[in-house]
Amino acid sequence: MRYLPLSQADRGEMLRVTGAGSIDDLFRDVPDELRLKDPIAGLPMHASEMAVERHMGALSRQNMVAGDVPFFLGCGAYKHHIPASVDHIIQRGEFLTSYTPYQPEIAQGTLQMMFEFQTQVARLFGCEVANASMYDGSTAMWEAILMAHRITRRNKTVVSSGVHPHYVSVATTMAKFTGDQLDTAVPTLDATSDTERLLAKIDGETSAVVVQYPDILGRITDLTPIADAAHAAGALLIAVVTEPVALGMIRSPGEMGADIVVGEGQSIGVGLQFGGPYVGLFACREKHVRQMPGRLAGETVDAEGKRGFVLTLSTREQHIRREKATSNICTSSVLCALAFTAHLTLLGEKGLRQLASLNHARACEVARRLSAIPGVELVNETFFNEFTVQLPVEARPAVHAMVAKDILGGVSLGRLYPGADALERGLVIAVTETVSDEDIAALESALKEVVR
Amino acid sequence: MTVNPSGWRPSAPANEQGEGVTATGNRALMLEEPLLFEIGSIDQTGVDFAKVPAFESRIGDLARNRPIGLPGLSEPETVRHYTRLSRQNYAIDLGLFPLGSCTMKHNPRLNEKVARMPGFADVHPLQPQETVQGALQVIDELAHWLLELTGMHSIAMSPKAGAHGELCGLLCIRAALEARGDVRQVVLVPESAHGTNPATAAFAGYAVENIPANAAGRVDLDALKSRLGPDVAAVMITNPNTCGLFEPDMKTISDAVHAAGAFVYCDGANFNAIVGKVRPGDLGIDAMHINLHKTFSTPHGGGGPGSGPVVLSEALAPFGPLPFVTRSSEGGFKLVEEENAGEDHPHAFGRMVAFHGQMGMFTRALTYILSHGADGLKQVAEDAVLNANYILRSLGDVLDAPFAKSGPCMHEAIFSDRGFAEGISTLDLAKALIDEGFHPMTMYFPLVVHGAMLVEPTETESKASLDEFIMALRSVAERAKAGDQTLKASPVYAPRRRLDETLAARKPVLTYREVAPAEAAE
Repeated sequence: MRYLPLSQADRGEMLRVTGAGSIDDLFRDVPDELRLKDPIAGLPMHASEMAVERHMGALSRQNMVAGDVPFFLGCGAYKHHIPASVDHIIQRGEFLTSYTPYQPEIAQGTLQMMFEFQTQVARLFGCEVANASMYDGSTAMWEAILMAHRITRRNKTVVSSGVHPHYVSVATTMAKFTGDQLDTAVPTLDATSDTERLLAKIDGETSAVVVQYPDILGRITDLTPIADAAHAAGALLIAVVTEPVALGMIRSPGEMGADIVVGEGQSIGVGLQFGGPYVGLFACREKHVRQMPGRLAGETVDAEGKRGFVLTLSTREQHIRREKATSNICTSSVLCALAFTAHLTLLGEKGLRQLASLNHARACEVARRLSAIPGVELVNETFFNEFTVQLPVEARPAVHAMVAKDILGGVSLGRLYPGADALERGLVIAVTETVSDEDIAALESALKEVVR
Repeated sequence: MTVNPSGWRPSAPANEQGEGVTATGNRALMLEEPLLFEIGSIDQTGVDFAKVPAFESRIGDLARNRPIGLPGLSEPETVRHYTRLSRQNYAIDLGLFPLGSCTMKHNPRLNEKVARMPGFADVHPLQPQETVQGALQVIDELAHWLLELTGMHSIAMSPKAGAHGELCGLLCIRAALEARGDVRQVVLVPESAHGTNPATAAFAGYAVENIPANAAGRVDLDALKSRLGPDVAAVMITNPNTCGLFEPDMKTISDAVHAAGAFVYCDGANFNAIVGKVRPGDLGIDAMHINLHKTFSTPHGGGGPGSGPVVLSEALAPFGPLPFVTRSSEGGFKLVEEENAGEDHPHAFGRMVAFHGQMGMFTRALTYILSHGADGLKQVAEDAVLNANYILRSLGDVLDAPFAKSGPCMHEAIFSDRGFAEGISTLDLAKALIDEGFHPMTMYFPLVVHGAMLVEPTETESKASLDEFIMALRSVAERAKAGDQTLKASPVYAPRRRLDETLAARKPVLTYREVAPAEAAE
């Protein structure tokens, strides 16, 4: 077995040192009748690297690869080009095979990277501080709702209908158990989001208002009036960003008054990977930092006065505070945070702005051409790289029909909102820099056919 | 500047220890690296883009109107920045990483190669199911292995890490209790448990009560039994436990818990010790998470991503979260989500994450499992346990091993600070191990052992590697017992000396801030 260095001779010699008569003797605390004597029956035995690679390669080939076809899916996961050096950096063994930096003297690489990541996320979101990552955007959003609950000591949260339905679903699942009250709604195929509804719902018992920016249909809403209304009622504004590349072009939620900004960092540096692992982003005001969940890297000095970094404010965390911790999170998503920070370092502000412009320009082009198809209507007044069209036919079968032509032509709202008849003709289309002119032409002609 | 006894002058000034100080602060291969914000510029980029075509903006009136403050670097500068940072990290690739309860085993590179196959790496989670049959099969195959290895009834694959898996298990338990109209308020947790256990129970809305350990390092069975009652929803147990010992009465514990109408949650962090040797399903466990980033070798990456699938007993199976993968009646695989769960799965407690879980970890874990096979996995547990016992017995004469008298340990050996000279602590010993070229063991955990040192070597260490570690640990332990005060100054050779954690917490600096011109002038 290629991963096991001990030889039979080693095993014998070491057994002698332990004073045990046999390996089984070392397992003597396990009652005999519960101990398995042989390898579990019916399972294959060990296999060569070549055999395993062949099996996994065969499974890999049974999937339609985004990069092989015209591809227009978004809704919380985006296909962007990732520079080759990003994958090289995250495969450095010193990053890949290290643990949570509990021994800072020999983990400055990870700690400094976390500190840089925190700074980048805080600046991108327009916030004062950010943590070193959460599992993903959806769990970050639920943690933000809980954090607001701790700060305001209220448990009613108003959730915009523009928030990703899976994110709402995670919060709804969790709220069943914590007793938090969530006021949620399903979106409508309108040009603008549900700001009026949110403003009407905010009252003296509201803990937080949650708004996605840009929202699930791609619409961009000014958060300022919502922030003002929330603050006037003593509530917090939580903004959710699922496509951070957008912030290279549009104002940050923090600038508009959001108190907590969470997001999904996948679109910068992390591939699609069928949904995970991704990286949750979490930023807030400095005055609330002690209520924040997750790991934090902080600057300090060593015994010689040299600058260094450590995990800090651990008294918020489960390994110190146990049942009184701000969250149960332990392992988060640091390697994905490294991919995010390395990609963002390569981009820099200049590159991020260019990338955002390129995405927007291509999305504008696709929106213009698709809305010229008879019967296809653009829903959005505003969008970044993702918008919704209303088809003259049900969108879900249209998506499958496009698959038959080897085109991944968007996410149908029927998939995201099963049973919502008013949304069944909605199709969300994401357009990034990876989309070519040929891809656009293919989508246009396929859509023309399926709506005929 | 000091002059050394031979009269030779160093070429640069020396510090208090008399070591040469270089102009750059570098020491040959040990290179200092500034922060990105000190070397990058907002006008620099390491990515080239196609020319942006003319467009009529559709972003409305919310265009960015001030700089973000994100410095960029060219590609060579970027690669060098992160490569230099990486060299300040210890890692499994460099040497033994004996963090107890963390299972820092070798991360096979085939796993990385497979996870990057385009059919796994470049697939969108919302692609129509007919386009992702291979991905769904990976989930199904891994699920099958995990169920066979644990002897459990069903599995929830979506939890993102161990603590998230704990939460999943407790929510299943809570949903099952509520379905029978039985509201209970308390979760019992041994005092030796990982911090995530009580934190998770609180997160799931339960009050937490501790149960004590007995002198042999096991759950105090009588104390547990006497606390069971109609208010107890679950008992969370780690087995093998955090003292590195198997709970021989596990079946009795489970039976007692079930008789009281409660459920048994097992923290599976230590599954590496028993994989292929004992099946948790045979121990009466109702729910257990499996850290794919421990037992099944997916890399820790400096703190994640992890993956924490949860195996469930038949009693809890109907309550598991969405989505999950099944075999469809037409052949092939089906993802059961909100939309098609319907009448078949009326009790599913809901969604825990946006998509379907840590696919990138599933491919790696399955690759690892197929590489080992049923025979190799059994050998994994045996070698892991042998390595830990070898360390335990090789150091028994120099370090106090509080539970060694009662018999062998499982995959980790625990020592206490008993016998250390006045003023020398576990922390000092750990920091001295850094100078010897090792990552320290888990310190001060579990809390039931004074000055605890929890050593988990894993099965991927050779005998030579273990012997070197034993020699180093013996040496620092002897110094600790002799009261060698130089231990207090360690580490001396690491990229940094001991860091001031109190300062970091008292005056938190969590992001980089440019020095204001007034300050810079001072």
